[in-house]
Amino acid sequence: MKHRADLAFRVVAMATLVVALVTLGALIIDVMADGAGRLSWQFLTSLASRRPEDAGIYHALAGSIWVIVLTGLFALPLGVASAVYLEEYGTASRLARFIEINISNLAAVPSIIYGLLGLGLFVRTMNMGRSVLAGACTLALLALPVVILSTREALRTVPKSIREASYALGATKWQTIWYQVLPMAFPGILTGLILSLSRAIGETAPLITIGALTYIPFAPDSVWSPFTVLPIQIFNWVSRPQAAFKENAAAGILVLMALLLAMNAAAVFLRDRFQQQGRS
Amino acid sequence: MNSASPPLTSLSRVAGRAAAAAPPDTPVKIEADRLNFYYGPKRALDGISIRIRTNLVTAFIGPSGCGKSTFLRTLNRMNDIIPATRVEGTVLLDGKDVYDPHVDVVALRRRVGMVFQKSNPFPKSIFENVAYGLRINGMARTRAELNDRVEESLRQAAIFEEVKDRLNDSALALSGGQQQRLCIARALAIRPEVLLMDEPASALDPIATQRIEELIYDLKKTYTIVIVTHNMQQAARVSDHTAFFWLGRLVEYDRTDRIFTAPAEKLTEDYVTGRCG
Repeated sequence: MKHRADLAFRVVAMATLVVALVTLGALIIDVMADGAGRLSWQFLTSLASRRPEDAGIYHALAGSIWVIVLTGLFALPLGVASAVYLEEYGTASRLARFIEINISNLAAVPSIIYGLLGLGLFVRTMNMGRSVLAGACTLALLALPVVILSTREALRTVPKSIREASYALGATKWQTIWYQVLPMAFPGILTGLILSLSRAIGETAPLITIGALTYIPFAPDSVWSPFTVLPIQIFNWVSRPQAAFKENAAAGILVLMALLLAMNAAAVFLRDRFQQQGRS
Repeated sequence: MNSASPPLTSLSRVAGRAAAAAPPDTPVKIEADRLNFYYGPKRALDGISIRIRTNLVTAFIGPSGCGKSTFLRTLNRMNDIIPATRVEGTVLLDGKDVYDPHVDVVALRRRVGMVFQKSNPFPKSIFENVAYGLRINGMARTRAELNDRVEESLRQAAIFEEVKDRLNDSALALSGGQQQRLCIARALAIRPEVLLMDEPASALDPIATQRIEELIYDLKKTYTIVIVTHNMQQAARVSDHTAFFWLGRLVEYDRTDRIFTAPAEKLTEDYVTGRCG
């Protein structure tokens, strides 16, 4: 009887997995069928255009890379510093517990709320305008909860014995954290960062809210430039009536997916590299 | 010892007089006076008074949970890291209370080094493991000085010959015994005055254990060594003085030969002969 229940559970679990994978596979094949023909060097290096056969993705790809790199630069130090405070310094205090609960809640807040915050805070109050900088700041806020949570998780995996060894050599708390704990936690921190950036790179709503443009004929050349990003460009093309733009949208999706996969691959590669450094 | 030697420590005597039992061989390095220690509401140490002497090996023996490791960790304030712990009484290092609020804990741990039960090298190269303490304490001004101090420490810990050709390899590739000697080298690099060893050989095979014991014998010329051990033969082999702990109390403290051949307390005798604990 127990055996049969076990078998039934395995079958159900397997079936669920198959359904998920088949759906994903069908979507990818569908997009490939629509967009692969449109993918070319010309598509990657051309700017937006009214004529679908001339239009390219360059401005949006450049915009996405600008925004995501800046987002990472903001989110990493802020997120790691917050996590270090919560995990190493403030664990017992009431303030830390209050912050902790709020961070868990923030991770679940819809992204458009971050967009509204970004609009009020960065675009208006801090006068950044509809710039790459404002977009990156907004997405950094969005990425922060995940970076903080995964960094705390990574800090917790550093064995107590390593901290003790450092303290016993006359290291201060800060030296112990900086020279021993953070380097050991780094692979985990990196994984969390890339995961959160992967989420951020697909975001559309908060960037439209802060005023990223849906049509833009040039790529950003500084943090103050107006910009667009891949998902917004894709959304723009999908909403056009001409069938040729639908092909462009499908090709844009392929570019976005390739970028995401490249980021995840980089995360896996870097994590393995840093882990090996400790062992071999 | 002759019959005129001071009376031995016992449970029945007041704790404050217990330290008088220490054989007056060399100057006192560490003196604990009526030390109590609490984990939250639970009292783990009860009125420990002891005088640990310079350039000797003092062994702490007793059954698991008797407080010997806890007491060892009060000597360099390693227990400070554990939340909700509390200390009463004093620990004097060269006559100065290490629990005085003005004491710099970092400076204290530089003077009182520690080797742990499980070898805990940093996941870095052999060289960096030893260099770390020198770097953070600013003890080597030039690269050459750093190299010299690292080599000297590895030699002192009797591991240099085995690792000299692979100083840049990861410390985690070493065997358990080598890792533990590396940890000893790491502790010696910052030239502490006292070396605390918390069951340093308990996870090692007999040959690696023997090497650690020989090392302890060499090191006591330079350092004051306190070693916690579960292994009574080991205490008998390496130590000059032995302290027997039981349920958070110091039952007896005397020359090692007397503890093992003619203990004053029935409890000590039962423990060292294996009838209890």
